Amino acid sequence: MYLNVSASPHVRDSITTRRLMGDVVIALIPALIVSYFIFGWRAVMLTAVTVAASVIFEWLSQLVMKRDQTIGDLSAVVTGVLLAFCLPPELPIWMAIFGAFVAIVVVKHMFGGLGANIANPAIVGRIVLAVSFAGEMNNFGILGRFLGEGQADLVATATPLANPDNVKYLDLFLGRHAGTIGEVSALALLVGFAYLLFRGVIDAWIPVTYVGVTALFVWILGKDPLLHILGGGLLLGAIFMATDYVTSPTTTKGKIIFGVGAGLLTGLFRLFAASPEGVSYAILLMNIMNPHIERWTRNKTIGGVDYVA
Amino acid sequence: MFFRKTSRAIGVHPRQNKSTQGMAFVRVDGFSRLTIPLNLQVGPGCSALVKKGDEVKVGQRIGEPLGHWSVPAHSSVSGTVTEVKKDILSSGDVADLIVIQSDGKQTLDESIKPPVVNDKESFLAAIRNAGLVGLGGAAFPTHVKLDPPEGKVIDTLVINGAECEPRITADDQLMRDRADRVVAGINLVCHYLDIPRCVIGIEDNKPEAIAAMQKAVDATGSEHKAAISVVTLKTLYPTGAEKVLIRYLTDRIVPENGLPADVGVVVLNVGTVAFIADIIDTGMPLIRKFVTIDGSAMAKSGNYDLPIGAPIEDIIEKVGGTKVPVGKIVMGGPMMGVSIDDTLHPVLKHTNSLLVANEKDATIPKESNCIHCGRCSKHCPMQLMPTDLDMAARRENVEELREYHVMNCIECGCCTFVCPAKRYLVQNIRIGKNLWRQAKKKEAK
Repeated sequence: MYLNVSASPHVRDSITTRRLMGDVVIALIPALIVSYFIFGWRAVMLTAVTVAASVIFEWLSQLVMKRDQTIGDLSAVVTGVLLAFCLPPELPIWMAIFGAFVAIVVVKHMFGGLGANIANPAIVGRIVLAVSFAGEMNNFGILGRFLGEGQADLVATATPLANPDNVKYLDLFLGRHAGTIGEVSALALLVGFAYLLFRGVIDAWIPVTYVGVTALFVWILGKDPLLHILGGGLLLGAIFMATDYVTSPTTTKGKIIFGVGAGLLTGLFRLFAASPEGVSYAILLMNIMNPHIERWTRNKTIGGVDYVA
Repeated sequence: MFFRKTSRAIGVHPRQNKSTQGMAFVRVDGFSRLTIPLNLQVGPGCSALVKKGDEVKVGQRIGEPLGHWSVPAHSSVSGTVTEVKKDILSSGDVADLIVIQSDGKQTLDESIKPPVVNDKESFLAAIRNAGLVGLGGAAFPTHVKLDPPEGKVIDTLVINGAECEPRITADDQLMRDRADRVVAGINLVCHYLDIPRCVIGIEDNKPEAIAAMQKAVDATGSEHKAAISVVTLKTLYPTGAEKVLIRYLTDRIVPENGLPADVGVVVLNVGTVAFIADIIDTGMPLIRKFVTIDGSAMAKSGNYDLPIGAPIEDIIEKVGGTKVPVGKIVMGGPMMGVSIDDTLHPVLKHTNSLLVANEKDATIPKESNCIHCGRCSKHCPMQLMPTDLDMAARRENVEELREYHVMNCIECGCCTFVCPAKRYLVQNIRIGKNLWRQAKKKEAK
């Protein structure tokens, strides 16, 4: 009789990397649907392009680097959607593909593939694009019918953070304002957040401390905290990017430090730097801090005795 | 942070699958060929007292212990010794084995009579002579456990009735059937070792066992030598792990590399303590074991009373056989059991379950990259960082293994169970423990 022999445990939980990534994709779908209504088909098309580019770049990287093919784990899909979500809807397609190249090939696979990258691929992809193509990356628009002019064309306008006069909180909450594809609707992002919490994919420590500290910071310095929560990429970053498993701490203590740090940096960048946005830079810096935070906040084993030689 | 650290419950919820719950023990006999190993996991083992061609009887001593840490071996049938050989055990260790051809008569050895016990020494000697080891799964010799080193005062006896492993129900059934024997055993241990307090911990998925134990404790209340309490624990794997159980029941923390005696506790499995009562009453050595047989490939599952040494192949056939091709056989529970490579391996003293899985359940998942989700450390009952230990073991970095307290791992398997990347964490941590032991040996030289 042929018997399988393996180390215990002989049963495994049904959870897989693919299921976790799939849940993140599902949680991002409400924001994608809203983006169709705010920006039209181009937003959905751009998202599809970055997703396809990400998956193809992942497949090619693994082919060239002779690694096992793992495009089925959906992590490239998540990166593709997140990258698209922080791009303006009018960005030329080749630039979006270039962003996907930076994210998947440079940041993810050159550092060792899934789990080995030091920074969130989508964040770095966005930063490289923002630095390389500042004009196109700041060309925000919104469908004219939301501005009350009746036309269906995309009309260029400023984001609420760049032009904070005359904003309505309800518009900000629902997404009727200029911005990147995924960041506009706080409601859709919060629906996704609730889904992730319900499925146990992430816990609330990083998003809550991150958003809370940013709001507190701008409030203390006399700015409108609600505008800063709803107006820019803070919710998208806090819920979906700062909580990336690979580049955020694993312990609760570490998560709080990460969230507080990212919140302070975001506040600093937003109020004192040249660009109205600061979320991606804040998360990138905290990604780089992550190994140190992990080391400071290691679990203390119960009953551990330090070894004396 | 917001809880008392010591009593906070950490673990996982594997599917219980206790389909054999409430099934009475069925005695299975009539095995023609039995193999009795002369050593178990702990201790140097025994030297054979019989040779090829010798006649043996039920309960006859056939192995003489080689050291304080070993217990004698006994024949579980009457018959003829056909072979004394060295072979590999299911655990992977090499051991002397005595193969006995049964004559089917089950003639009892004349030397079996109730032992004369009047103090701690004679009590421990009687336990040792009966060949008793921990029946919960670790096979630690009971007489060593009950004889703590000089200077350690035992004030609490913890009885482990948690049975947190999925599928196994043998202890549950034992508590229902033999609650009075468990209490009798507790009284003996508390009397001879002068222990003032006893706590029986049972998980709340065994309400009948809890009721039976409570009834037995109440019924003999006036005769107790110690204050006995039955504590209901939340069902959570690995509540029944020794260090974890002590933490939940007494709020004491056993140090890394330490023993329960370091915090004044002795832990005995319900089966072990019930057997102590039997030894003192009858003098019958440990030759039979209550075993749960279950699994997706079995035609019929249930609880059985088996002679130690019976080959697994014959047992499976006698209890109804398999319905589909077998992919894996696990000795012990699904979380910590040992998968065996050959169906001729015998049932051992610490076997509490045989799980026969079909080919689908036997597939070993493929490892993928760690995504640093932190589930392993979140679910670790010892609050270790399994990924760090895993990486240190893969790099064979003993310094790091030490720094991360590799020896505090209880190998419960929670980390591997919850890992979405299906990484072989416990397997590598075990390798890490061996690296640590080797390094320590080298240092000692």
